[in-house]
Amino acid sequence: MSKRVALEASFATAEAARMADVDVVAAYPITPQTHVPERLAEMVANGELKAAYIPVESEHSAMSACLGAAAVGARTFTATAGQGLELMHEVVYVASSMRYPVVMAICNRALSAPLSVWCDHSDAMAVRDTGWIQVFCQNNQEAFDMTLWAFRVGEDPKVLFPVMIHFDGFTLSHVTEPMILPEQSEVDTFLPKFQYPFALNPDKPMTHGAFGLPEIYSETKIAQEVAFRKSKDVAIQGFKEFGDIFGRYYHLVESYRTEDAKTLLLTMGSFTETAKIVIDRKRDNGEMVGLVSLRLWRPFPFEEFRQAVKNAETLIVFDRCISSGGPGGPVSSEVRAALYDEKEKPRVVSFIGGLGGRDMSLSDFEYVIERGNEIAEKGSEELFETVGVRGKVTGIRG
Amino acid sequence: MEEKFIKFGKNLVPIEELLAPGHSFCIGCGEALALRLACKALGKNVIIANATGCMEICTSPFPYTSWRVPWMHTLFENTAAEISGAEAGLKILMEKGKMPEKDIKCVAIAGDGGTSDIGLQALSGAFERNHDFLYLCFDNEAYMNTGIQRSSATPYGASTTTAPAGKFSIGQTTQKKDMVAIAVAHNIPYVATACPSYPFDLINKVKKGAEIKGPAYVHILSVCPTGWRIATDIIIEIGQLAVETGIFPLYEVEQGKYKLNVDRPKLKPVEEYLKPQGRYRHLPKEEIEKIQERVNQEYTRLKAKVTASAA
Repeated sequence: MSKRVALEASFATAEAARMADVDVVAAYPITPQTHVPERLAEMVANGELKAAYIPVESEHSAMSACLGAAAVGARTFTATAGQGLELMHEVVYVASSMRYPVVMAICNRALSAPLSVWCDHSDAMAVRDTGWIQVFCQNNQEAFDMTLWAFRVGEDPKVLFPVMIHFDGFTLSHVTEPMILPEQSEVDTFLPKFQYPFALNPDKPMTHGAFGLPEIYSETKIAQEVAFRKSKDVAIQGFKEFGDIFGRYYHLVESYRTEDAKTLLLTMGSFTETAKIVIDRKRDNGEMVGLVSLRLWRPFPFEEFRQAVKNAETLIVFDRCISSGGPGGPVSSEVRAALYDEKEKPRVVSFIGGLGGRDMSLSDFEYVIERGNEIAEKGSEELFETVGVRGKVTGIRG
Repeated sequence: MEEKFIKFGKNLVPIEELLAPGHSFCIGCGEALALRLACKALGKNVIIANATGCMEICTSPFPYTSWRVPWMHTLFENTAAEISGAEAGLKILMEKGKMPEKDIKCVAIAGDGGTSDIGLQALSGAFERNHDFLYLCFDNEAYMNTGIQRSSATPYGASTTTAPAGKFSIGQTTQKKDMVAIAVAHNIPYVATACPSYPFDLINKVKKGAEIKGPAYVHILSVCPTGWRIATDIIIEIGQLAVETGIFPLYEVEQGKYKLNVDRPKLKPVEEYLKPQGRYRHLPKEEIEKIQERVNQEYTRLKAKVTASAA
């Protein structure tokens, strides 16, 4: 029997790693990720989890140790946030290029300076193009579910890519919510044992990480890219299998009350649940608004996204990250690019807010929808507008 | 399969080459020779993590490989961390019955830059966590792969491309970082120096380092004719002179106890070692004297440690 428990997202992801019977955890503490490695270390210490816990001396070494562990065929897990993800940046690319299906939880955190331990998506966006499958979670249940799903998809022999699970620092990582934990037998049905086909072993010597001369580098990268994009099919299949076993069906792009909606709001992460309340209120007032949320961020679900927004007139994208000197928030840029060649497409309006843990309340979301509709109608000289920033913000031009 | 050996005096050396020929090391490369010997010492039951550098580049241009043993390369500064993961991974997989029990030695390899500069933090972490691994530092005393830039292992007075000798500089103005002392300071069970000019000593030390449980560190002086600007046919003699002058003494520190493996009653003058090398050609007499003085001091200090260990 599955059971109803109260857990924060950090403990939920650790619990999923335990139920996945991970072999190696290598992690370095950083706020707001600390509860993840703490809980895993505790599990190892008291025998709840049989795994090697490597208390490395930096995030760079955390991911490097994960590479070594994955190379010998161990199921490998780590977690980090903000500056930690930036410090391991170089190694993050290697994990995907070497096709090591490491799973990593990110408790999203703003980047310095000024120092901020609080949430935004700057860390996630900085690793956007690293070749990791990436999902965003709306709540703690999803932090658990996506972690299990990450092992299932990343380790699939057709995939063999690492997977990042993003959940908002503090807002989810440190907030206790009710959620459902499955039976171990259900997890075992969903998640096959990890059989890495290229494990380093003296019985069959192999060279991992030969260097690429210009004659081969392009072919190598393109082959990776083709394989990476194909992983979307397994991602979908993984959600289907997950739903069939656990009863919760997820989609690459989640739509909420989008039927007949003229205006759609697009959010990622924990913003989504707050936005739903505002959508409900507006729907009660008879306003034709809906919400879409990108769950799968990489590989970008182009087809599913276009399908989700095709009937709307206005699409308001609410980013939690600045793309410095760029065309808007990173998500709005991608969304615009995804729609550019479409004959019929909504007008995209870009907002940025919730940086460095700034709380976004219901009224902020109401403002975004109302102001977004106004901009769609009358236009704006600014490339994007900000939400909840004190003082008048102007001069954001191309 | 039975292992076959060649007999050199009382020394047996395995015939099998685990480092395949066809690599692209420079002619006369001391590192390639040292690696070939190390591979013979290690045998087949190893997993090697190799840092970026000459060795990695010369042995692994896709689709070729010189490695007849399991080998991985990912980055420059992370070999010690990478091997930590491999070692912990193998151990837990065997403990959980997910792979058959087997004695597989985890070995990390890096150059002097990858060890004493950019990889020092990861190495210190791996020592401190007491992983069961052997770390081999192939020290050719500069960043040779990128074109002879100075590292913290470059000796005083050597001219390199980023610390060149000139009108206002003698080249390297700092003393060579003592990596062996740093390794010893981590209280690991085995630390040693080696040089391929003394092949049986090198083989023995690599073997010992691999057999000992816990972290082991072997620092191998790898004469680099390209970077040191010497003829390619005198690298063995240069390695011998490094030892005979006391510039690079061969010793080991086992469980904290020092032992000199090649003990000369009287050291040769350092000038004999410095003179044939283009990188030292600019040094005036007084600088050579300074180097001699420093070597005398260091050697006396080392001998004192050896004597104290024997007491």
